[in-house]
Amino acid sequence: MHHHDDTIELLRFSTCGSVDDGKSTLIGRLLYDSKALHEDTIAAIDRSSKRAGKEELDLSLVTDGLKDEREQGITIDVAYRYFSTPKRRFIIADTPGHEQYTRNMITGASTAELAIILIDARKGVLVQSRRHAILASLLRIPHLIVAINKMDLVGWDEKIYNDIRAEFTDFAARLGLSDLDFIPMSALNGDNVVDRSTSTPWYQGPTLMYKLETVAVGTSRNMENFRLPVQRVIRPDLDYRGFAGQIASGVVKVGDKIVSLPSGKQSTVKSIDTYEGSHPEAFTPQSVSITLNDEIDSSRGDMLVHAHDVPHQSQEVTTTLCWLNEKALVLNRPYWMRHNSREVKAMVSSIDFRLDINTLDRHDATELKVNEVARVRLRLSAPIFYDAYARNRGTGSFVLVDTGSNVTIAAGMLAAPSTEPGQGPEFAI
Amino acid sequence: MLPSYRLPNLRLLEAEAIAIIREVAAQFENPALLFSGGKDSIVVAHLARKAFHPGKIPFPLMHVDTGHNFQETLDYRDSFVKDLGARLIVKYVQDSIDQGRCAEEAGPNPSRNGLQTVTLLDAIEELKFDACIGGARRDEEKARAKERVFSHRDAFGQWDPKNQRPELWNIYNGRKNLGEHFRVFPISNWTELDVWQYIKLEKLELPSIYFSHKRTVVNRDGTLLAQCPFITLKRNEKWEERIVRFRTVGDASCTGAVESTASNIDDIITEISASRITERGGRADDRRTEAAMEERKKQGYF
Repeated sequence: MHHHDDTIELLRFSTCGSVDDGKSTLIGRLLYDSKALHEDTIAAIDRSSKRAGKEELDLSLVTDGLKDEREQGITIDVAYRYFSTPKRRFIIADTPGHEQYTRNMITGASTAELAIILIDARKGVLVQSRRHAILASLLRIPHLIVAINKMDLVGWDEKIYNDIRAEFTDFAARLGLSDLDFIPMSALNGDNVVDRSTSTPWYQGPTLMYKLETVAVGTSRNMENFRLPVQRVIRPDLDYRGFAGQIASGVVKVGDKIVSLPSGKQSTVKSIDTYEGSHPEAFTPQSVSITLNDEIDSSRGDMLVHAHDVPHQSQEVTTTLCWLNEKALVLNRPYWMRHNSREVKAMVSSIDFRLDINTLDRHDATELKVNEVARVRLRLSAPIFYDAYARNRGTGSFVLVDTGSNVTIAAGMLAAPSTEPGQGPEFAI
Repeated sequence: MLPSYRLPNLRLLEAEAIAIIREVAAQFENPALLFSGGKDSIVVAHLARKAFHPGKIPFPLMHVDTGHNFQETLDYRDSFVKDLGARLIVKYVQDSIDQGRCAEEAGPNPSRNGLQTVTLLDAIEELKFDACIGGARRDEEKARAKERVFSHRDAFGQWDPKNQRPELWNIYNGRKNLGEHFRVFPISNWTELDVWQYIKLEKLELPSIYFSHKRTVVNRDGTLLAQCPFITLKRNEKWEERIVRFRTVGDASCTGAVESTASNIDDIITEISASRITERGGRADDRRTEAAMEERKKQGYF
């Protein structure tokens, strides 16, 4: 029986690949070989495969959700897939690899703890393989698996595998990517996906499934800095005032001295409550309601933190910005910024440089278009309380929303204030 | 045992769902929770209770009643809502038909699932709901796999799958123009098995039709449909008694039963773990065309 006990963990991972490198087939293979597909799903795929004139089950059809995509034969939006093995529960963010859909990859990768990058063994490390690695490093995905696919089409040649591995390792070192695995496979035939291949006696590493089932989960969570963005105040009567929110990072205990931002008012934690009752402590990413020993006026958009460990507070921030909309950035135009539970107006005052996400080269820029990434300065209508994304995914991320169309148009990863030393490898980018 | 400060799967999903539900209460002026009496909406309502504890759920529950109900579900609904201390709004598909807003399907088992959309959209307009929380899950069906947690609907209530807002991290953008609304799916990332595990963990009660019982059914194209006033037998069909249970609660005229002896949650979890048919597989209205769900969703279906 699958995940029948209460200690099963969840791993969210993303897959990125180009149109033809077999990404959809790989996911189909993972689901099929781990017996996560049901009979009626398999029957539907079989019907579709036959209609497309294919004799064998076309596993790529498992993930191609929308009708228009089925007709075009490519995946064009993030799709989420779910499966479990006796060891783990998985969520796959299946993201398209086609050039114009970089925004989808960023979307899918934003919550991922592991990314699988597919490389076609016949083609080697392509521009898009590099791009995927760069985006994975920008989003701070802690683990990366490079799946060297279609090895059957190059005669399971160990040298080809080693060359790709060497080239990619060199490149990844520049990005500060350290947790890197390479797996030679054929997704089409199932080699080294769930079952070990007999064609790769020279490969001693794990199968893809083994790696997915054993990689450490939760390593990207910040457990050091307590941050509770207040979503809502729960106030059923005059005796109870709970600050409700999902702990963005860290651990909090009853009695802890806290400060509410932006007011700066201090108090101590009286209780940490959930529907089950009161708890001596809570940690990220639990959703709780916290009461304090003093009456402090705090509301949505505020943040509770430890008094001895406050985040950055500023109305001017430096950030990596990924532009997600066809409508290009307009400098000095106000947008809505959504950061945790807080919403402020933000304008981009200057662009430090545009980052070529294929090469890591920096370019001077005066504009930012869809799928482009840049380092920019933002001016805000009110301060936000944040940590560098490199330290804290929970308080270092935000989106920009167009004030006219209300569409989410950009995603940002905040940098530490530039006066602060030791920002870490994010400044490599 | 997990290392300290690690949340197991179900508690992680729960924390995420509670945060989403709180976000709805904070970002919208007049939300509602769509409640069918099915297991998914029961779980969502339970999560809403948790989200605002010790306060009450600050928005109403709404049931769009097809009129093709299993009585057990209605009984359950009323007692559950009472226990919750929440406000229940019921809107009837029959009213929409009587008002000429939509027409009953013809044929031997006219489904009212499609008609629900009309009643729902009318209710949203009449009651000025700006967000409706639903119990849909991405693992249910292909078209759902790509839907956002905060899913935008235009002024006609339509979903545009090709033009969805990017949704990153746990940041949900509920900004909208007048007349538009959102559907919000707090248990998007849950699987059917997660839902059942959670029902067990939380000791939630369910309508009795989820558990094995004797029922008169007809086998229509491989789907076991329960005897009810809305189904007419075709030639060569006959009513027969089977030991069945339902995996979803929907319009009684098109919700298929499965033969099963699973009479408690543990049995069901065991059965699902080994099951070969996905849960919507028993719904006759999804099978009409391969892209059936996508078409209905574009029109504003749940």
